[in-house]
Amino acid sequence: MVLWAILSSHNVLSSHRLIFPSPTLVYHAFSRSISNGALLNAVTSSMRRLLIGYAISLLVGIPLGIFLAKVEWLSDTVGSVVLGLQTVPSVCWLPIALIMFGQNDGAILFVVVMGALLAITVAVQDGVRNLPPSYLRAARTMGTLSFAVYTQVILPATTPAIVLGAKLGWSFAWRSLMAGELLYETPGLGHLLNRGRQTGDMSQVVMVMLTIVVLGLITDKVVFATLETRVRERWGLSQSV
Amino acid sequence: MVNLSVNSVSKSFQSRQGLVAALENVSLEVSHGEFVVLIGPSGCGKSTLLNIMAGLDEATSGHVLENGVDVKTPSRNRAVVFQDGGLFPWFTAQQNVAFGLKQMGIGKRERESLAAEYLDLVHLGRFRHSFVHELSGGMRQRVAIARALAVEPQILLMDEPFSALDAQTREDLYAIMQEISERKVRTVVFVTHNVREAACLGDRVILLSGRPGRVVAEYPVRISRPRFVDDANVAIAANRLAAAMKEGVANARKDEYDDDWHPKEIGLLHSSDGVMGDSI
Repeated sequence: MVLWAILSSHNVLSSHRLIFPSPTLVYHAFSRSISNGALLNAVTSSMRRLLIGYAISLLVGIPLGIFLAKVEWLSDTVGSVVLGLQTVPSVCWLPIALIMFGQNDGAILFVVVMGALLAITVAVQDGVRNLPPSYLRAARTMGTLSFAVYTQVILPATTPAIVLGAKLGWSFAWRSLMAGELLYETPGLGHLLNRGRQTGDMSQVVMVMLTIVVLGLITDKVVFATLETRVRERWGLSQSV
Repeated sequence: MVNLSVNSVSKSFQSRQGLVAALENVSLEVSHGEFVVLIGPSGCGKSTLLNIMAGLDEATSGHVLENGVDVKTPSRNRAVVFQDGGLFPWFTAQQNVAFGLKQMGIGKRERESLAAEYLDLVHLGRFRHSFVHELSGGMRQRVAIARALAVEPQILLMDEPFSALDAQTREDLYAIMQEISERKVRTVVFVTHNVREAACLGDRVILLSGRPGRVVAEYPVRISRPRFVDDANVAIAANRLAAAMKEGVANARKDEYDDDWHPKEIGLLHSSDGVMGDSI
């Protein structure tokens, strides 16, 4: 912060204070967009899309990952498709999405899901593949029905991989969402960012980026850090440093 | 009465070196309430044989009968204690033991009290709420034994369950095993490569040869219980087993070495006065 203030006040990096805004200017941009409701509006509509897309990705991605690892003919067919599609950067889904859904929320949701779903699927699939075979063998010798093997053994045994996949999926979902929102007119953080660019308002751009950083940090530190600590404690992974 | 019978079972599997025969024409019978130890050099297919008995692996030819019925799939009537325990790390000790009971459709309260009972049986009552990683290796195997016993199997199959444990812990577990088989009479098939373990635990010891595994000999062990590994009788029986095993081991090792290798050339094993290491 101090470095930022000094650099901007001495015009070190740029001859114009609008191109390298000072903390005060960014603060003003913050209070302005908070008081006129633009920021809150953008955050809620972005988060709404993100949460819906992310929820869909988790609900589809986790079972898909498990089945891809356990069902051979699925992994031979769908598995390679998933791996191939995973290499496509999520922005590249936007043209398809726009043609399929038109200029609406559906298109952005599609991009978010395509970005997050495959990352989750691949992480979960790897997790299931690396399970010690003795878990399943033990379950079978105790007369576990195959449905119960999935819900009571494979699913809980894969928890660490699922948490990892969920974390990866979240960051992919964020990226996809921003890319989607930047590229066309719709209320949201990405749009606010783009407006800053169009009007040459650097302080607004920096303000939005800071908001994104703060939101990312909060979910990482609060949601995922808590989840990971709980998993580590339960599985005894925290002692092995 | 015959509880479990293995009829000319052979098993081969594909490896990168080609078709490998793991078991060749193995036949044996286990009576009700008998404690049978399968012993043999490592790689003789004894774990494979146990897995076939459990229904986890399929025999290439031959079949296993449990009370006259063909064994095709795993069943809780033949519970298995695995070498690494196979405990579920996301559960506490008690939840692990209760898992099989849950699969039997026993209600929550009843399976909790039953699980606690079986943990008491292996003297782990105090640790029922500990997670698996909080338990020592020996305690984990005791939980695994309690988990296998909890589903009330007729036959208990144990696959080198103590091989990763230290000598002191193993001795404690020998005592617990004998105590259990006395209190809850059950058929046990126990796989090991440790002759002392075999002599200490078995009513009958079946010796398998090296790859491919065949039944070489059977030895009834008529020593009164409880036995301890340090008992003179157990030590004598163990030495006999070791001598009988030596040939099998030498044969098994031959496969792992080139043709010019011969066990007699190692002075350490064949020193003149029987003192190990004096030829170093």
